[in-house]
Amino acid sequence: VLAVAQRELVERLHWMSKDQFAELLSLSQVLPGPNIVNLSLAVGDRYFGWRGSAAAVLGLLGVPLVIVLSLAVGYQQVASLPWASGAMRGMGAVAAGLIVAMGLKLLSSLARNPMGRWWAAAFFAASLVASAVLRWPLMPIVFGVGGAAWLTAWLLMRSSDIEQKP
Amino acid sequence: LSLANLWDLFTHLLVLSLLSIGGAITTVSELHRFVVTERGWIDDATFSASVAMAQAAPGPNLMFVPLVGFQIAGLAGALVALLGMLIPSTVLALSATRWIERHRERRVVRAFVAGMMPMTLGLILSTGYVLMRSVGPTTVGVVVTVAVTVALSMRTKLAPVWMVAAGSAAGAAGWV
Repeated sequence: VLAVAQRELVERLHWMSKDQFAELLSLSQVLPGPNIVNLSLAVGDRYFGWRGSAAAVLGLLGVPLVIVLSLAVGYQQVASLPWASGAMRGMGAVAAGLIVAMGLKLLSSLARNPMGRWWAAAFFAASLVASAVLRWPLMPIVFGVGGAAWLTAWLLMRSSDIEQKP
Repeated sequence: LSLANLWDLFTHLLVLSLLSIGGAITTVSELHRFVVTERGWIDDATFSASVAMAQAAPGPNLMFVPLVGFQIAGLAGALVALLGMLIPSTVLALSATRWIERHRERRVVRAFVAGMMPMTLGLILSTGYVLMRSVGPTTVGVVVTVAVTVALSMRTKLAPVWMVAAGSAAGAAGWV
């Protein structure tokens, strides 16, 4: 969906430049909430105020919501048949693979992290283990691992900023 | 499901929404922990099927949230889940976007971006793992399907919808 949004807003409607889009996107990623929803909010707000934001989110979510709910109802009709539950298992495994691939593609960005690759890798590993192996709830992960990473990055940036200013 | 349970789901999602740094997909393993492991409202298979359907259907991947809500409590569950997931992050995004745009050069903001990135990545890979485990017993078929999907998405530009179609066909044939 992000790719479609980029094509429409930048290439077809020319509402914003590629750089502006990238900037809004990075902003949407840092804030909590679904990236594409945050992006639509920001775009709607920039051009049409709060009514633009509301229209953007409704437009983004309305039709897909109807589609997934109809799929779910359809599935409930056939769920007891063996081929249907098999198909669901197949789909589930593909969904898992798609998400793993997305994570692996982004892994290279760890090396470019301003904290340095070793710190970045350490916090990445900590959150992976806490979530997948220890099954911690999300709150201690975000506040514990995320908070520690934020503080570390801040300290590292402060010392490098001081070095740059003699 | 009673009203008290709906409220329980709603308030949990309100909190999740504020924690969903890096996008909705980072909250999948937490939602699984809550509705399957802790509350036992739906089983593993239903959960992974819901995420799979939301991935396969057109639209943002956050659609797994109303879908899980729907499996728990029908239409009311879907609406409650979607609103709970959207309201806090929306309010925050609207009020914070302008502030961050103005202060993006500040060290606090740059450190936040740098610090959250590795954590988000860990959560994304954890989501993939939790989903794979929730498909059912980890058979050879499951592992092969996941591995092939990863390889195809990393090496080719094949659209995900075709992989989902192939996966469900293989599953229907009893290979997964």
